Amino acid sequence: MSSFMSASIGRKFLMSITGIFLISFLLIHLTLNLFLTFDDSGDLFNLAANFMATNPFIRIMEPMLAIGFVIHIIWSGWITLENMRARPQKYEFGDQLLSWWAPAKNMFLLGSMIMIFLVIHIFNFWVKMKFTGDPLLAGVHVGGAEMHNAYALVSNLFKNPWYDLLYIVGGILVGLHMSHGFWSAFQTIGFSNQIWLKRLKCLAITIGVVFALGFCFIPLYFMIKF
Amino acid sequence: MADIILNKIYVKVWRQNSPKSKGRFETYLVETVSQGTSFLEMIDILNDKLILEGKDPIAFDHDCREGICGMCSMYVNGHAHGPDAEVTTCQLHMRKFSEGQTIVVEPWRAAAFPVIKDMMVDRTAFEKIQQAGGYVSVNTGGIPDGNVILIGQDDAEEAMDAAACIGCGACVATCKNSSAMLFVAAKVSQLAKLPQGRIEAKKRAKAMVAKMDELGFGGCTNTGGCELACPKSISIAHIARLNREYLRAKFSD
Amino acid sequence: MSTLNSKIPSGPIAEKWSNHKAKIKVVSPANKRKLDIIVVGTGLAGASAAASLAELGYNVTAFCYQDSPRRAHSIAAQGGINAAKNYQNDNDSVYRLFYDTIKGGDYRAREANVHRLAEVSPNIIDQCVAQGVPFAREYGGTLSNRSFGGVLVSRTFYARGQTGQQLLLGAYSALNRQIHEGNVKMHTRHEMLELVVIEGKARGIIARDMVTGEVKRFGAHAVVLATGGYGNVFFLSTNAMGCNASASWVAYKKGAFFANPCYVQIHPTCIPVHGSQQSKLTLMSESLRNDGRVWVPRKAEDAAKLRKGEIKPNDIADEDRDFYLERRYPSYGNLVPRDVASRAAKERCDAGFGVNKEGMAVYLDFKYSIQRLGQETIAKRYGNLFQMYEKITDVDPYKEPMQIYPAIHYTMGGTWVDYNLMTSIPGLYSLGEANFSDHGANRLGASALMQGLADGYFVLPYTIGDYLGNEIMVPKIKTDLPEFDAAERAVVTKLEMLFNIKGKTPADHFHKKLGTILWDNVGMSRKEAGLKTAILEIQKLRKEFYSDLLVPGELKNVNPELEKAGRVADFLELGELLARDALNRKESCGGHFREESATDDGEARRDDENFAYVAAWEYKGMDEEPFLHKEDLLFETIELTQRSYK
Repeated sequence: MSSFMSASIGRKFLMSITGIFLISFLLIHLTLNLFLTFDDSGDLFNLAANFMATNPFIRIMEPMLAIGFVIHIIWSGWITLENMRARPQKYEFGDQLLSWWAPAKNMFLLGSMIMIFLVIHIFNFWVKMKFTGDPLLAGVHVGGAEMHNAYALVSNLFKNPWYDLLYIVGGILVGLHMSHGFWSAFQTIGFSNQIWLKRLKCLAITIGVVFALGFCFIPLYFMIKF
Repeated sequence: MADIILNKIYVKVWRQNSPKSKGRFETYLVETVSQGTSFLEMIDILNDKLILEGKDPIAFDHDCREGICGMCSMYVNGHAHGPDAEVTTCQLHMRKFSEGQTIVVEPWRAAAFPVIKDMMVDRTAFEKIQQAGGYVSVNTGGIPDGNVILIGQDDAEEAMDAAACIGCGACVATCKNSSAMLFVAAKVSQLAKLPQGRIEAKKRAKAMVAKMDELGFGGCTNTGGCELACPKSISIAHIARLNREYLRAKFSD
Repeated sequence: MSTLNSKIPSGPIAEKWSNHKAKIKVVSPANKRKLDIIVVGTGLAGASAAASLAELGYNVTAFCYQDSPRRAHSIAAQGGINAAKNYQNDNDSVYRLFYDTIKGGDYRAREANVHRLAEVSPNIIDQCVAQGVPFAREYGGTLSNRSFGGVLVSRTFYARGQTGQQLLLGAYSALNRQIHEGNVKMHTRHEMLELVVIEGKARGIIARDMVTGEVKRFGAHAVVLATGGYGNVFFLSTNAMGCNASASWVAYKKGAFFANPCYVQIHPTCIPVHGSQQSKLTLMSESLRNDGRVWVPRKAEDAAKLRKGEIKPNDIADEDRDFYLERRYPSYGNLVPRDVASRAAKERCDAGFGVNKEGMAVYLDFKYSIQRLGQETIAKRYGNLFQMYEKITDVDPYKEPMQIYPAIHYTMGGTWVDYNLMTSIPGLYSLGEANFSDHGANRLGASALMQGLADGYFVLPYTIGDYLGNEIMVPKIKTDLPEFDAAERAVVTKLEMLFNIKGKTPADHFHKKLGTILWDNVGMSRKEAGLKTAILEIQKLRKEFYSDLLVPGELKNVNPELEKAGRVADFLELGELLARDALNRKESCGGHFREESATDDGEARRDDENFAYVAAWEYKGMDEEPFLHKEDLLFETIELTQRSYK
């Protein structure tokens, strides 16, 4: 099996499995985040955040998620490096077949930008909630239980229009990345044919749009509302 | 038949005398070319002029000139086989270009396809992939009647879709990773769709992919450029089938 | 009468091949391992032969001038492959295929060879199916058939419009398997430039590595030529640019007789020549004539207006259209054999009814079948051909009729071989289009693929044993023998000579001139005066060639111009032999039409009394007249009749 991990299709297989895993994580992430916009008191979001922080299953999944990210990132770097090596001399005229912004051509670039965003994002919230703490997180009581006031942390951050902008860009990047990544993952594991290829591509664009809109909606909501 | 004459066009072409020598671009003027002329005939005209001027003509691969042998290559203005869909370079016509235009002509660029001279590249890597397993292991003779094994029309047609590959290398030339996946998929998929090919399907998928990886082609990132550049419009759905065949083979090891 | 021994077995026609196989020698597996065979050319015949011989255990070395065996011009065959399977229950049989081929070839082929071809034809289909060739299928999963010109049954197997490609890829895959197993050593981008004959036997070749320019020696116990036809002698043809006759020609000069060079097939449905810059002609499959109607204007003034571009074909009313094939041949109509359809088109164009600027085109109109069957049906049948036509001409054939004109397509003549496919040089074999073949004076559609694969898969692997059975004691052929020295020297000298002429004219210019001479005088219709002129003009052109040729580049590098020069040098000799053979054959038969031998209404008239023979020419020296050997054709089974398609 070690030869499988380094074979071209094997490497891509890992990318697609981790990709699908990350997409399912993002789906939960987005759903919970949208609670931010349902309840301006913040209780609903705080409850959800607290559930995520204390549920044992989620606790187990957390390191798995980290591994998923790490594999997805490392393998993408490896694949990209190998792929660049396959064409030592570039074309003078470039590639005129796909438009320059096509996500399919720019997955590594999109992924890299998402990674930068991810680091900022982690420092904005996760690090504070987990390790360093923040005065805004001072405990609140929701339904009788004490928990972090994650809502305060989030809503405070989104008061800064620059952060709003950053999160909007981040949302669009994720959407673009998925608009290719989703069907590509199924293609790689072999779940596709003439008919499903079209369906999956359609679905991928829909998912990309939904995720982009969803993630953009939150900062926009805060920007407009407050 | 459009008979518009292009009075002047400029051809900026890669010149490289041998595999080891350093290449460079040269720009040549070609005059009075009918738009009904094929692109390679335009190169013929240019070569004739170069010979008469005492210069070395441009070496390029070509043979059947009707889009089936797969010998012609050339990356024309950022498109493998030039800016027209479903054609090989020999079927590309000058009506796709306009008066005074500069046409940039480059050889296929891939580590696995080293340049031999000018536009000629060495596609031996494709041969090696086919030799690794692109066949059904039957000897001549002793074969039962052709109608003994029935094959559904849909399966035969789908196998034919894949079998239409002419091995030109446009997929590799176009792919941003110089991947040969569409080429390998075409053969693996053709034979996987037919009962005759199923028997060795696992062995074939593994052997051909291993050879492809060994020869320095990049990996597939499902960009889809290959199917757009393919003169025979072979779908990347065949790549999905290759992935399926390969994974199935590997997981049953 | 002559030294020709065709080795045709005795006995009833249906038993000849089995009797022959029973009698010829077989080489033991242990001895096969010790024997080397060279196969030059890897098209259908070459690839199938190389693979089959290697499977038997021989050591095979194969050569092709392209960068892969998959590129051989067999790949361009569109329509299909015939086989006497009788899957359609339409009373087809080995005998009927045999009869159709003999009749289609205008009674100028060997009965025994053709019968063998028909006998092995079903095995070819089985073989190809087993290799994974995706033939067209019926809904129920059985193999599908279509019909082709000149026959009354449906026996043509096909894979869309790419049958040649699929069959070649099948043979190529078998070859690849043998390369992988180490039984075949493949040399791509190598061109054979000389045959090495030692003590009267073919023992090797000299080939030039087309990448490095190196001239190399290869020895073997037998040499097989599967190098295709010589249609490119006409410059413009449907052949690939690289197709050449040099391998057959060096064999001819070393003593292999060249048979029936004047039998050239002119295909009626090609895209017409456009301007003077054209490099090759594109074929539109014969199957188009199933649904297209061929016509020219009835009035000369309409034709003149069309040539000037003043009117469009659709401006001409039906009653002003001359459907000349339907008029002249009411029973076969648009489906007359290729030679007949070609001559009829030429006749109309010569009479001033040609429809393109050059006056050298007729219409093939699908308007009527689109009206009858709908555009969808026509698109399903011919979509890829229509697309190809539009890409080349920029005219949409769904809306406007196609323009077509005949063009050189296939050569029935070639190296003379006996029943074992051995040439007049012991140990030298010739297969496929390269030999003078089983097609007589005219080949039927979908028979070229059949013959190439029959020779390679099912004939040569048996018959070569008869020769090699006597060679088992011969050790590996050493390439340091004086004969190899001499052959290599001859090649190097010739290349240097061509390279050093340093004249003013590139090889293509001579080739074009040669093509014009041949097309005008030895093309679709030939007459004595024209043929004599052609011979003189070719001789003159040859002199010019050797004094004014310009070959640029380097000897020891990739040099397509040097390759071309060598090929054109050979064509300049072959063209003369072609004209000579046409001059000798005073009858009209198949693709060879002598104006002196025609009926009152302009149809071809055969002369069985004086010309029922194979003309096999023996080389006697550069400026000497070749010697004509005649192999009489004996028709024991089929009665000779005049072909009629009226």
